[in-house]
Amino acid sequence: MNGSNTINITSLLIVSTLVMVSLFFSYWQKLKLEKETIISVVRAVIQLIAVGYILEYVFGYKNPVFTTLLLLFMTFNAAYNAAKRGKAIKNGLLISFLSILTGTLVTLTILILSKAVQYEPYQIIPVSGMIISNSMVALGLCYKQMTSDFKDKREEVETKLSLGADILPSSIEIIRNSIKTGMLPTIDSAKTLGIVSLPGMMTGLILAGTPPLEAIKYQIMVTFMLLSTTSISSFIACYLSYRGFFNSRKQLIYMK
Amino acid sequence: MSLLQFENVYFDNDGKTILKNICVDIESGDFISVVGPSGSGKSTFFKLCSHLISPTRGNITFKDKNITEYSPTELRKSIVYCFQTPYLFGNTVLDNINFPFSIRNMKPDIKKINELFSIFHMSADFLNEDVKSLSGGEKQRLALIRSLLFKPEILLLDEITSALDVNNTEIVENVIVSLNREGMTVLWITHNPEQSRKHANKLLTIEAGEIKSLDVLV
Repeated sequence: MNGSNTINITSLLIVSTLVMVSLFFSYWQKLKLEKETIISVVRAVIQLIAVGYILEYVFGYKNPVFTTLLLLFMTFNAAYNAAKRGKAIKNGLLISFLSILTGTLVTLTILILSKAVQYEPYQIIPVSGMIISNSMVALGLCYKQMTSDFKDKREEVETKLSLGADILPSSIEIIRNSIKTGMLPTIDSAKTLGIVSLPGMMTGLILAGTPPLEAIKYQIMVTFMLLSTTSISSFIACYLSYRGFFNSRKQLIYMK
Repeated sequence: MSLLQFENVYFDNDGKTILKNICVDIESGDFISVVGPSGSGKSTFFKLCSHLISPTRGNITFKDKNITEYSPTELRKSIVYCFQTPYLFGNTVLDNINFPFSIRNMKPDIKKINELFSIFHMSADFLNEDVKSLSGGEKQRLALIRSLLFKPEILLLDEITSALDVNNTEIVENVIVSLNREGMTVLWITHNPEQSRKHANKLLTIEAGEIKSLDVLV
């Protein structure tokens, strides 16, 4: 922790007034996000404190089975939250779980085989946390886009169906658009790394005293793994979920 | 011979009955004009014909078999619905023309495409045109060509000439009449009283979701 600053409780309490800025804008612009913001802040504080204590224990408990169970628990929670963003998606929880799990497994396998990380709790858990949460956000965006596209582009889909097309060619533009929507924030943030933002992980390492060049190596790895997981998860989720907008007679279901 | 038959068909949506007690026999080779006020359920009737929606109650049979026994995609290749507002997808005319071939895993048949373009008085040079640059009449003719590349058994036309000028209307009417003479069954929604009686052999009137009459025209 060379060169690192410790944050005392008083500083943290003063900094917490920043949440008021977000609440003020929500109230002023009638965004109706006040309740959700307060819940998210309270949850973040409680979860982080809890996870702080848990990580102390987990990092010391070097049992791969336990680490794997923890990863599955994280994946389930991420899937649950992503599914909530896509209420119109049939079997959203299962689809999200499979998509995030596959994306995470593929990326972790490459990271482990390339010896970029080891299957040790103190490495795997933070890395998986980043991957899983990024996928969760991407899936939420995919579902939102897909639901609104199936509502707005009903005419396009039904025109293709009426020509005798199956549901995949009738929905392909919507599927592509949804995958793109899920992936774009990660691509955009990769484009602006170092120019607009010094990402959290890299900043954390530097604040903790790691030399910038070493921190950058980690950040490059993180950027690649986020791109990979987001694309895999978005691709699987969109290709599994579009079918839910049709019934067994290949008719587009009416949505209110 | 009865080609498409509706038996006591009802269709409800969102708690509202859109069509009730529809009983009609569409015979092979028929040219039926479908008339009725806006919102009477004509387009819903067409969607039921092309199996884009299913009845809430009642049966629809195609060639004496319940339509649920057919594969939906195969059925829609036989009963093609041409919408009132032509929806063109992709970027170019070619994207739209290729679509019916690509869903059948076939390469575009240039000879067939050129023939249809010439019947509709369109130049094949149109193929590379941007769909956004086409006029209303060109869009409608293109949508028809796209529907006719693989001749369906039943063609459902929903007010396809409502936005066309006299010349374009005549071109479209002539093509449809000649296809009907070759044996294609045609159902045509129109608000034009003269057009409704000009070429059809039957006049189907739908009002407030019910069939008011099915008259044979002489």
